[in-house]
Amino acid sequence: MSLSVSLTVNGVAHEIVLDDPRVTLLDLLRERLDLTGTKKGCDRGQCGACTVLVDGRRINSCLVLAVSCDGAEILTIEGLAEDGKLHPVQAAFIAHDGFQCGFCTPGQIMSAVGLLSEAEATDDPERIREAMSGNLCRCGAYAGIVAAIQDAHGRLTERDRAEAA
Amino acid sequence: MPDTARSVAPAHLRLGSNIGQPLTRRDGFLKVTGGARYAADNHPHDMLHAVLAVSAIARGRVASLNVAAAMAHPGVIDVMTPDHKPDLAEDPDAKTNPFMFRLDLLQNDRVRYPHQPIAVVIAETLEAATEGATLLAPRYETEPARVGLDAAESFVPPTIGPGFPSEAGIGDVDAGLAASAHRLEAVYETPAQYHNPIEPHAIVAAWDGNRLTIDTPSQGLAMAQARIAGLFGIPAENILVRSPYLGGGFGCKGLLAGPQVLGIMAAKLAGRPVKLVLRREQMFGPVGHRAPTRQTLRLGTDAAGALQALSHHTKAATSTFDDFVEPASDASHTLYASPALRTSHEAVRVDIGTPLFMRAPGHATGSIALESAIDEMAASCGIDPLEFRLKNYAELEPISGKPFSSKALRECYARGAERFGWAKRARAPRAMRDEAGLLVGWGMGTASFPALMFQGKARAVIRSNGSGLVEIGAHDMGQGAWTALAQIAADGLGLDLDQLEFRSGTSDLPDAGIAGGSAHTATAGLAIHEAGADAIGKLAALAINDEHSPLFGAGNAGVIARGGKLLHRGDETRGESYAEILTRAGLAEIEGHGSAAADPSAQANYAMHAHGAVFAEVKVDPELGQMRVTRMVGAFAAGRIINPRMVQSQYFGGMIWGVSFALHEQAVLDPRTGRPMNANLGEYHVPVNADIPSIEAILVEEEDPHVNALGIKGVGEIAITGSAGAVANAVWHATGIRVRRFPITIDKLIEALPLAAISSERKGSAGHGK
Repeated sequence: MSLSVSLTVNGVAHEIVLDDPRVTLLDLLRERLDLTGTKKGCDRGQCGACTVLVDGRRINSCLVLAVSCDGAEILTIEGLAEDGKLHPVQAAFIAHDGFQCGFCTPGQIMSAVGLLSEAEATDDPERIREAMSGNLCRCGAYAGIVAAIQDAHGRLTERDRAEAA
Repeated sequence: MPDTARSVAPAHLRLGSNIGQPLTRRDGFLKVTGGARYAADNHPHDMLHAVLAVSAIARGRVASLNVAAAMAHPGVIDVMTPDHKPDLAEDPDAKTNPFMFRLDLLQNDRVRYPHQPIAVVIAETLEAATEGATLLAPRYETEPARVGLDAAESFVPPTIGPGFPSEAGIGDVDAGLAASAHRLEAVYETPAQYHNPIEPHAIVAAWDGNRLTIDTPSQGLAMAQARIAGLFGIPAENILVRSPYLGGGFGCKGLLAGPQVLGIMAAKLAGRPVKLVLRREQMFGPVGHRAPTRQTLRLGTDAAGALQALSHHTKAATSTFDDFVEPASDASHTLYASPALRTSHEAVRVDIGTPLFMRAPGHATGSIALESAIDEMAASCGIDPLEFRLKNYAELEPISGKPFSSKALRECYARGAERFGWAKRARAPRAMRDEAGLLVGWGMGTASFPALMFQGKARAVIRSNGSGLVEIGAHDMGQGAWTALAQIAADGLGLDLDQLEFRSGTSDLPDAGIAGGSAHTATAGLAIHEAGADAIGKLAALAINDEHSPLFGAGNAGVIARGGKLLHRGDETRGESYAEILTRAGLAEIEGHGSAAADPSAQANYAMHAHGAVFAEVKVDPELGQMRVTRMVGAFAAGRIINPRMVQSQYFGGMIWGVSFALHEQAVLDPRTGRPMNANLGEYHVPVNADIPSIEAILVEEEDPHVNALGIKGVGEIAITGSAGAVANAVWHATGIRVRRFPITIDKLIEALPLAAISSERKGSAGHGK
């Protein structure tokens, strides 16, 4: 059996022939495209370590079959920095120590980037905590994560304002 | 009250220009860009995937496996079973030292715990291996499972934890209790907990003849290397273990676990590199856990509230085939002064994987019971919990009578209480409400953890271009070792950090001991410091004996190293750069070696512990019983702080583990089958972001001249202790209900709902227990 899928990952178009329909988007990224920045923590949508953006929306890539992504535009942690310049969320995670072991971090950052483009984007910490509660951090870096997102929200809003002006 | 408050103490002890600085993580860029390669991110050419099949029963034997069905699945290469596996040079059930635990490596068809590995399917793809493992459809001969603390007759273990005595004491507890004016006897239960780092155990193993290269997360590279050498009968130096990043460890990656060895065996069987990653449910079985306990506390005080006796007894579960007894009672050895003190343990064998070290082993478990009991005792004496703790403050370590090497606990109490606003606490429970009508409770706990040292080695090099290199086989599981150890290394060599190359995380570097016991920064740090001093000493010898050097004749103690230069101690205008000294001597580099170990005379003369005080606020819905921690303040004193930013994060992490211990975490075993019923991250609850609204850690300055030359005590585990009890005590203060079976969940409050306000203090302090 072979199935072909066209998708764009981090701006690069891929024509993929899959020998197996059971391949998840997460395993496609990790095992077949060598994009191992996206992590597998539970493989059943409970930890959020595998969060990526599909057509701009944050999703758990372990719960998505790769064959269902035909035509999709996917952004992973590897595609976030532009020309070596960190995205404001990435920079803020370092500045606010929003991680310890770093394993959940790609998922946290992609989830935060997704959140900041959503209608409910806000710098209200209570709402950030709620909106980020699908991403577990066992090291307990939550305070830094929230501070980083508040900081990045401010910078992105400023940038948008500057671009609009 | 600031939201997401963060604080860093203003002053830090500094050795040079690097130690004490709140630098951001040196591995930060790689971790936020997806560039940090964790074990499972490796993919050598020709690699196969292996997936474990694990037992669905707790006790019995595997009667059959449908190997043919698995083999018939496209892509499946082989199925490793007890009948078909590479030979091992050593019995996996052999035990020659207390840190060697029995492993399940398919040595026979016995099942001795749920989720024990029973076969390994090896395939070209992960999908095929996963399906193959399902197709094995094992049949079992099942024997009745022994589940829970009353499943079998208990025994007194000869040792507990890593070899401590099972019993200890001073004075006569029974006489002390008999003579007491106030007495308390209470029983507390803690559940089984599983480490659950977000990175499951993973291994990528590649053989080349009798040489082996593995990528696997390890908190103990040299011990892992030695274990593999023994099991496969090859020299340790033939084995390269790479562990540049761990996706969390918390103790479960301290010792090599069975599944990691199975990955190596699978690679040997297949003759190709193999990757084996545990599925989340498989993390609830062969990689250790924190054992459940039942702890009995007996306390007595005189009329004024001074402790006269304290007895702490723990019954803990262990496995049927190995020995690790959670040393929970030992949490009572150091904190509260009492003329009579007794700790004891008993154990019961159940059909479960062997429990092991989990973040603050013994201390976290014992602390929640001790701190609850202290709170109950304070209430029955009618004394504020902080005042009660100060009244029973230990000036000498109660169990040993030794003085403390340093103990800034009074300042921790004072600064934490002030920041939290403890003075405004109502004495009676169920007496405080917020504007929305929620019950508000304030509780506190004392934190402590021993300041340990293991053995470690390091190598330091100064190069003729003026740069430095430090090598040590250390481990960073998120605590910030790559940053903090590099700061120590740079100061040890008298260099700015950007002139230092720091190599770590592989087994071919000098053995740094184990990253555990909150002792890694002290151990690895001291070895690095000594290696730097050795290299600088050799460099100085070159300069002071060379008449062309401005340092000629300065004498051994007459030079200091700073900013890549040696300077005359008495006249800092005299000096020259490392590069000049080495170049003139015609040397490409100069090398130093250092080692670290506990100082036996300091150990004999002093009790050495880090301390802290934690204050917590919870809010409880009086109709629904829903509980939220709304605020936490911790103040900790742990000797010299290398990097306050990283240390603050460690304290936050520990405090959140405390919240988790008090309110969230528990593995639920089916009493009929012994199987964990919530072996996933949806039902095994750990705090999510919304569970942690406001958390603050105060770094209390403390100078300790005895623990080690750097004055470091360690911060990785202490903050769980104290925190769990503080939250539990806050729930009592909010509700008047004392829950003694952890975690505290709504079902344990439900009988008392709705929770009306208690009007009189008399009713309140009585409360009622659960």
